[in-house]
Amino acid sequence: MAGTGIPLSEAKNGSTLRISGIEVQGVLRRRLLDLGFVVGNVVEVLRRSPLGDPTAFRISNTTIALRREESSLIYGDLIGGAET
Amino acid sequence: MSEYTVAFAGNPNTGKSTLFNLLTGMRQHTGNWAGKTVITAEGEFTHKEHVYRAIDLPGTYSLYSNSADEEAARDYIIFEQPDVTLVVLDATSLERNLNLALQVLEITGQAVVCINLIDEAQKLGIDINLRKIGKRLGVPVVAISARNKVGIEALLDQVERVATGSFSAPPMRITYNEEIERGIAELLPLVEQTVGSKYPARWIALRLLDGDDSLMASLKENLNRHTPALKKEVTSHGIPACH
Repeated sequence: MAGTGIPLSEAKNGSTLRISGIEVQGVLRRRLLDLGFVVGNVVEVLRRSPLGDPTAFRISNTTIALRREESSLIYGDLIGGAET
Repeated sequence: MSEYTVAFAGNPNTGKSTLFNLLTGMRQHTGNWAGKTVITAEGEFTHKEHVYRAIDLPGTYSLYSNSADEEAARDYIIFEQPDVTLVVLDATSLERNLNLALQVLEITGQAVVCINLIDEAQKLGIDINLRKIGKRLGVPVVAISARNKVGIEALLDQVERVATGSFSAPPMRITYNEEIERGIAELLPLVEQTVGSKYPARWIALRLLDGDDSLMASLKENLNRHTPALKKEVTSHGIPACH
């Protein structure tokens, strides 16, 4: 299943996306699903650490930081809040 | 007077340990870092005329992801088969918390769902329809605030109903897509034949489809542990037991 939309790692701070695909595999995939990274759920890009990695995301009312390795494999469609 | 076991399951930071300490009177510090409750704490409490042995399972988001914590929680619920599994949920984050509740309810219907932090949720304007959730889940659902000691009596009444067997429900049956259901149907007779009626066969079949190696290992260990133990009793008569 190819992900549509943009990888979360490319989304701007403050933007909101609706998750359209998750290509992470194995144990970590399950963990991300358990945390709320499921297709259809809305995620907000909160802020990036000084070196740009990891990035804090808000999902299901909780803040979760992901590294690029993971966030680049989660795709979403922009639904709002992306001020350039 | 009977003694029952109650296992406390829940996501990290849902106030599970606060409730556990409130009921058992244990005064242990409850911190907020991942894997805090690695070793399961045990305590005791009484309600009406019954004594309950309480087991605080590690806080987990799931029983699937194969961390040591999740394996410990899962193995306890499946193999030790507590009289009641008390699933503690965070009222302010029900969406994620219900994930674990569903996983537990697929294993056992001998459960009580306890929605904690109800006062926090009210402050945030979250209105929870307990009746509806209870109906969907098929087990008793109680809203409490462990910190402010709200709803504890009502919770214990429900725990008693499940423990004494005056309330019982079959494990929740979630219908999956056709492909998965076909897989389950194929595996189910084999699983039932292998593990017997003691364990939730449909759930095990599901885990097999998922390729859950760690459950396989635990199952093997438990099945082996039970069979040779019986033989040993017969053959090793007179030899001091080695603990």
